[in-house]
Amino acid sequence: MPRPGDSWVALTVVDRIMTKLKQLEDYREEIEQCVKCGACRAHCPVFGAEKHEGRVARGKVALAGAVLDGEIGFEAKVLEDLSQCLLCGSCCAQCPNKVPTEEIVAAARRRIAQQRGLSSFGKGLAAVLGRPKLMNVLAKTGGALSSLLFKKVPENSGLRLRFPAPYIDADRTLPPIAAKPFRERVPERIPGTEGAPTVAFFTGCGINYMYPAVGEAFLKILKFLGVTVIIPKDQACCGLPAVSAGAGGTVEALAAQNLAALNRTPVDYVVTACASCNAGIGKIYADLGGDYQTLAAKTMDIFVFLAQHGLPEKLAALPKAAQRTKVTYHDPCHLRTRGITKEPRLILKALPQIEFVEMAAAGTCCGLGGTYSVYHYETSKKIGAKKAANIGASGAELVATDCPGCIMQLQDSVNHAGLPQQVVHLLELVVDALPAVE
Amino acid sequence: MTESHIIAALKEIVGADKVSTEQADRICYSYDATQQKFLPDVVVHPTTTEQISRIMRLANAEKTPVFPRGAGSGFSGGSLPTKGGIVLTTEQMDQILEIDEENLVAVVQPGVVTEQFQQAVEKVGLFYPPDPASLKFSTLGGNVAECAGGPRCVKYGVTKDYILGLEVVTPTGDVITTGGPTMKGVVGYDLTKLMCGSEGTLGIMTKIVIKLLPLPEGKKTMLVLFDSIDGAAQAVSAIVRNKIIPTTLEFMDGRTLDCVRQATSLQVPEAARAVLIIEVDGDLEFLDKQARKIAEIIQPLGVVETRIAETHEESEEIWQIRRSVSASLRKVNPDKFNEDICVPRSKVPEMIRKIDVIAETYSIPIVNFGHAGDGNIHVNIMIDKQVPGELEKAEKAIEEVFKGALSLGGTMSGEHGVGIAKAAYIPLEITPETALYMKTIKKALDPNNILNPGKIFLD
Ligand SMILES: Cc1cc2nc3c(=O)[nH]c(=O)nc-3n(C[C@H](O)[C@H](O)[C@H](O)COP(=O)(O)OP(=O)(O)OC[C@H]3O[C@@H](n4cnc5c(N)ncnc54)[C@H](O)[C@@H]3O)c2cc1C
Ligand code: SF4
Ligand code: SF4
Repeated sequence: MPRPGDSWVALTVVDRIMTKLKQLEDYREEIEQCVKCGACRAHCPVFGAEKHEGRVARGKVALAGAVLDGEIGFEAKVLEDLSQCLLCGSCCAQCPNKVPTEEIVAAARRRIAQQRGLSSFGKGLAAVLGRPKLMNVLAKTGGALSSLLFKKVPENSGLRLRFPAPYIDADRTLPPIAAKPFRERVPERIPGTEGAPTVAFFTGCGINYMYPAVGEAFLKILKFLGVTVIIPKDQACCGLPAVSAGAGGTVEALAAQNLAALNRTPVDYVVTACASCNAGIGKIYADLGGDYQTLAAKTMDIFVFLAQHGLPEKLAALPKAAQRTKVTYHDPCHLRTRGITKEPRLILKALPQIEFVEMAAAGTCCGLGGTYSVYHYETSKKIGAKKAANIGASGAELVATDCPGCIMQLQDSVNHAGLPQQVVHLLELVVDALPAVE
Repeated sequence: MTESHIIAALKEIVGADKVSTEQADRICYSYDATQQKFLPDVVVHPTTTEQISRIMRLANAEKTPVFPRGAGSGFSGGSLPTKGGIVLTTEQMDQILEIDEENLVAVVQPGVVTEQFQQAVEKVGLFYPPDPASLKFSTLGGNVAECAGGPRCVKYGVTKDYILGLEVVTPTGDVITTGGPTMKGVVGYDLTKLMCGSEGTLGIMTKIVIKLLPLPEGKKTMLVLFDSIDGAAQAVSAIVRNKIIPTTLEFMDGRTLDCVRQATSLQVPEAARAVLIIEVDGDLEFLDKQARKIAEIIQPLGVVETRIAETHEESEEIWQIRRSVSASLRKVNPDKFNEDICVPRSKVPEMIRKIDVIAETYSIPIVNFGHAGDGNIHVNIMIDKQVPGELEKAEKAIEEVFKGALSLGGTMSGEHGVGIAKAAYIPLEITPETALYMKTIKKALDPNNILNPGKIFLD
């Protein structure tokens, strides 16, 4: 349970300010587009694990509509159903009428935060989550989470929202927190060759605090291509975990900080190596309009960038290794729902040391879902277990993906299933294949 | 309102966490794909036959209505709790109990999702053909209760053709079994067939024994564009006359094509006024030959273009066109009445002409597509409910469509069932004597009229 003084509760002041983000009312038309066909039951990972209508897009949309009609308030059961959403967008991608459930749920969460403060959403969650196992964990404050996290990670980082210390289950595998965050290790500008593009690297919290090696791989690969890279030190969390938590004001404050940081130096693209950040900036900021929209339009996933700037051809020219490692790929929701599925595979298939194998249901959510897995670890584990079974069946030795959140969750799922696979960022495989560059 | 002692008794039977009277849950179990809404008093998630039996005994003692529900994807309101009471959903009874590869028989719980079952049997080289367009989310219990059909039914028949036996909880709470795992069986009445299509009014199915086929080696899909709906209809007859029964024979009329043109990037020449999607399956060596033969047979019938899919992707592209139809209709008008009349195969062109006349008479757009191979036409009457008078016009048009189908020896519903959506029209199709026979069965089995009351027959 968050206590007064928790960073989470402290956020509520900003979050009660009215935001430029869309309000629940703005979605009335989309809500009415739902024809109650039930197709989302086939695609919602939470429904697949829970088999309850309140958990599926159709149910959540019906509840959001009932709230707007004044038929029901934000009572505990409604909070629970609205909290049971990964915001993965799998439903919308397959919905015949493209009902954006993930946006509707996020808007409802913002409304809850505005009306009652974030903490009451948290309390509501905690109340319905009052399962003995979790209560035990709550008692063991701290748990498995590295206490370093709270010394090194700033108050407004999404990592804090994803892992508020008291909620962390003891059996969760978490990566260690980097002794020195990535952005403190590198200069703000790394010059490339004349004529090559200039990009800003939006690192996101995952790479900065937990997976600095991915950031280093990013820089080596872009150096290989002669690209000039700007890494603004004062960039912040993209805000996506805050979207998940309903913290609308925080989203806007973070967006403003990032806009200032990323606009200081003119660049051709803002490149991300985290699917969530890509959706955070590329999609959520677009809703804020004006300069934010321009920034959103410039944002590009690293593999799209690499595919467009000749890397697959360069890789294909390298001699194939005799002994190749079998690797499969997991589609992060935040790329898949934005149509980015081909580019990472194109690059994987071009890697000389790799044999690519497709796993079943590669596009199904890993189960992390922003703040979801913290509050619904048991369901999240069930979703992860299906993923792990498919990974096991694929025969791959490594799982590559393009999102630190997915890496963390997939590794946790694989470990729980007792499987040997390692989960890596695809950039780490790319850098292994390149001839050494200085 | 269902009283508190009933709720307490329900909790005692299934456990407190499987019973809910929360407003949120009542809302979530108030609708199906008809988009109508009726709030139940309580939602129950049983997991065993015994629990369902005890719930039915309790409901009888208390005279509380019970509404069985699968996925709630029904198009006729069969699962809607029109009188409050208890929604009993089988969605958590979702286990495949047995796949017997020696006898080609499977046993499942009713909440198993159709496609998941198909994938499971296909893994071991077996085949469950019924393929309603909702197969990714509908339950097998709901399929049996509605006797669902789909494109493949031309060749393979509908759900009831694959049901060998059932375990059923009767409206009064007894547990009975009908049929069994044998291919033959004539002892007593055929209660299995009686349950198929009974829309949850005669009992709750708790186990389903299913007949399986060997999985065909491959399939071939073709898209044929015609210059008129008559040409397409004649093609259907010509193919069948030549002793070829394709797996599917789907058609779309000119208006449907207009919608699809707008919704997808599909290139369709303006001259095309009707489409057939034809699929054949079987041994690989015969597929090409069959596809070519079909193309030859239909060529003189006003074919504008024939595309034969060479790869799985090309075949999927063709099916994507068919699947995009339903949603693309919204472009015509926001509200739709989706009727699924069925006429003898040879009467399809005549029926389409009748529908054209009705559309003209009432000046409302009617879009037709469906399963030409078995005469099952999805008649979509597109209106805007906000426009005064449109709803009344639509209702009159629907009645005329039904009358037209019946005059050709057809039926009002091929797949979707009666539920509440067509209950008022029953006297058009069923004579008073036949209706009495049916109602007598219902009354004998459900003396208190508590299992899915008000469905099929109006109270
Ligand atoms: C997009 C879409 C496409 C569709 N396409 C087709 C199609 O091609 N062909 C077709 O035939 N239908 C189609 N349907 C209609 C619908 O999917 C079928 O009628 C399906 O069989 C309903 O299954 P369900 O699990 O959703 O049942 P529900 O809608 O929940 O219930 C249907 C009926 O079955 C009863 N029932 C459910 N479970 C049991 C049980 N265990 N015991 C006794 N009674 C039970 C209910 O009381 C109700 O009367 C479509 C629907 C949609 C939304
Ligand atoms: S798939 Fe879309 S339209 Fe259908 S029930 Fe789900 S949200 Fe509604
Ligand atoms: S966004 Fe994902 S978790 Fe949420 S309702 Fe849609 S499919 Fe389910």
